[in-house]
Amino acid sequence: MEPRNITCGEITAAVKKLFIDCNYFIGEDILSALKKSREKEGSPVGKSVLDQIIENDILAAKEELPLCQDTGMAVLFVEYGDKVFVTGGSFEEAVNEGVRQAYRDGYLRKSVVSDPVFDRVNTKDNTPAVIHTRVVPGDKIKITAGGKGFGSENMSAVKMLTPSYGAEGVKQFILDTVRAAGPNPCPPIVVGVGIGGTFERAAQLAKKATFRPIDTDNPDQRYADMEKELLDGINKMGFGPAGLGGSTTAIGVNIETAPTHIAGMPVAVNICCHAARHASAEI
Amino acid sequence: MTKRINLPITDEDIKDLNAGDSVLLTGTIITGRDAAHKRLFELIEKGEELPVDIRGELIYYVGPAPAKPGYAVGPAGPTSSYRMDKYAPALLDLGLKGMIGKGARSQAVIDSIVKNNCVYFAAIGGAAALIAKSIKKEELLCYEDLGTEAVRRYTVEDFPCIVAVDSRGNNVYETEPKKYAKS
Repeated sequence: MEPRNITCGEITAAVKKLFIDCNYFIGEDILSALKKSREKEGSPVGKSVLDQIIENDILAAKEELPLCQDTGMAVLFVEYGDKVFVTGGSFEEAVNEGVRQAYRDGYLRKSVVSDPVFDRVNTKDNTPAVIHTRVVPGDKIKITAGGKGFGSENMSAVKMLTPSYGAEGVKQFILDTVRAAGPNPCPPIVVGVGIGGTFERAAQLAKKATFRPIDTDNPDQRYADMEKELLDGINKMGFGPAGLGGSTTAIGVNIETAPTHIAGMPVAVNICCHAARHASAEI
Repeated sequence: MTKRINLPITDEDIKDLNAGDSVLLTGTIITGRDAAHKRLFELIEKGEELPVDIRGELIYYVGPAPAKPGYAVGPAGPTSSYRMDKYAPALLDLGLKGMIGKGARSQAVIDSIVKNNCVYFAAIGGAAALIAKSIKKEELLCYEDLGTEAVRRYTVEDFPCIVAVDSRGNNVYETEPKKYAKS
């Protein structure tokens, strides 16, 4: 395969479009799950909340407005082809420029502060983005991007379980994390779970899991069954839409796994609100 | 049944509200979230005057997205209230009559709501574009440097919310999920 040049301008334009699109247009998987849940929801208040969320998401798409004011911190998973040569600048700066333009020209909220503890001064352009890059064979760049709101991000957790906890221990930790989050992460939620790897790999997998469409299952039947069992368990908790009571606390549980160490079984739970935004592009 | 309230809210209005009531608010409210609360709280601790008169007001925990041309405000849904729990009792003691946000509150905040005859409303998290339809005007009050976190005055018409904690301390986040819990 021949090396291929990709300009910074192409990358910036693609990233800009991804962030504007994901903030205006909710995925069909989410909208469809919200509508199905609305039919099954037993709580009158829960039904009314789901109606408002569905109406909101349709309105946002129609008027091209952000569906939530928290347009998130920009997170990107990049599969970077090893035959790609970026021209006209650096890949990372091209991505951040795309984020900058999306948040400025798309009327998205700038929610990033430069220093986490002391200054907390807004960077005013929502940069820097969080970029997870994997180099893969090929001459293309594939980007999956999403704006991650922090009402739900704050409810997320990582725990270093050990092998003897087994599948039951994994499920217990996930359910405990969701229960502790209660009404705060804007239910109905999408739960991203990362199991295996190392401390940071599990967290990264959990985020990646929230970017997977919720109408897909883990290809390993055992984890697909666990996803379904967890979804049922979460919806028995009673928090319901907006946490005001009901049977729709979650609309999806996605699990991603990775090989891990003989001594470990890290589990990360990344909670996402019903505005589970993500979009993909290939350059 | 939906109750309509014209703002400013009165002590009688508050006494008439019960946890779970659907409410439409019309009038003006003020906005503020994490960074603004931190500044207001520090001024209160130092015994200094606040740059905004909070007496009789409702505060909406919101950091809006920018308004597109032709819109009065950008999408403006509630943010999680628990992050303001540390600061809320001091503001209620000074005469703030209520808060609009989302999610559960600490017992200290609920106790302060009861003590001061106040109310906590929940708006629907993530329904920001829809909620913004009920906000007709915005005006900057203070802390412009905080950007989205600045304190603003919103003029609202039929702003939709639900009484989450009433003046007797009844709390929907405590009572409602129990009715639907199956485990």
